[in-house]
Amino acid sequence: MTGFLAIHASAMVATTLPDAIVFAVAALIILAGAVGVIVERNPVHSALGLVIALFGVALIFLLLKDDFLAAVQIIVYAGAIVVLFLFVIMFLGVDKREVIARESLRGQRPLALALVLLAAVGILLLGAGAHYALGASAATGTATNQPGGEVAALGRSIFTTYLLPFEATAALFIIAILGAVVLTKGRGTLSQERREDSPAGDEPDDVSMSDGPGSSEDLDVGAGEQVEGSGSAGEVASVSTSVVRVPGATSQEVEE
Amino acid sequence: MTVSLQWYIGLSVVLFGMGALGLLIRRNVLVMYMCIELMLNAANIAFVAFAEKLNDIGGQAAVFFVLVVAAAEVVVGLGIVVAIFRRRPDTTVDDLHMMKG
Repeated sequence: MTGFLAIHASAMVATTLPDAIVFAVAALIILAGAVGVIVERNPVHSALGLVIALFGVALIFLLLKDDFLAAVQIIVYAGAIVVLFLFVIMFLGVDKREVIARESLRGQRPLALALVLLAAVGILLLGAGAHYALGASAATGTATNQPGGEVAALGRSIFTTYLLPFEATAALFIIAILGAVVLTKGRGTLSQERREDSPAGDEPDDVSMSDGPGSSEDLDVGAGEQVEGSGSAGEVASVSTSVVRVPGATSQEVEE
Repeated sequence: MTVSLQWYIGLSVVLFGMGALGLLIRRNVLVMYMCIELMLNAANIAFVAFAEKLNDIGGQAAVFFVLVVAAAEVVVGLGIVVAIFRRRPDTTVDDLHMMKG
């Protein structure tokens, strides 16, 4: 194992002080972004914290000499997923609504903190002194330093070794697209109810028009429909009936 | 001064813990989704670190699939959020007990 490690270490570029600095900066960026996601009241600010954390993760990928995944990380996560989050947040208008102070389960937050700390410290203690399987299992895998670079190696690996998961991914995407369309657009009944609700909101105007002094029976039917379409039914109905034929007529024109 | 594998795994553990903590203490569905994204990214850091140290492309392929699944999950999840939001004007998970038996 140590022999393999020595060979492997010589194959890799030796990590130096700049690497350590980059790692520290990236870790700080990630942790600051994660703290921002957790503690910010406004979901928009949380999304911006998420962007910061994702950029830090991309920096870590670059530090690990994984250029392709760093680019994909920025494009897919920061470019698509977070924008989707922001779209939904602003579309729904849910910003500044969460009441942090309300705690429905008593003692949940200290318990959550304790459990997470316990799990993290446990994993760290397990990992600190562990001897990772850097020997035999690594020798069986597909090497990253293939001819053509890492992107070629990744593509070759995805289209040969991981072909079945790749196809399953395609099916997953189809299902996700269908699910999103059905979930967001398939509510035909609700949107129809809303469309019926909004003319129902105009009905009081029609009632007031029929209750008006020059009652709508005097108007011919075409004018009545036009008045209803113009949306200024109450105003028009209060003036004399002979002039009302013009639906877009303002009050000054009517007075003339 | 070398950045050994332990540092990457430590960063991954801390980020995963923060994501889990946010998932447990926040009440907004969207922020909870963001915390899930943090946890997925923590796993990605561990995958890439191991892939680099082990000289194995499998870790990066796993990260690729995690990215894909995360994108699909966010699409479906936000679709559910929008669908729920049409019925009730809030995204607080405590109020979503319509499937309670």
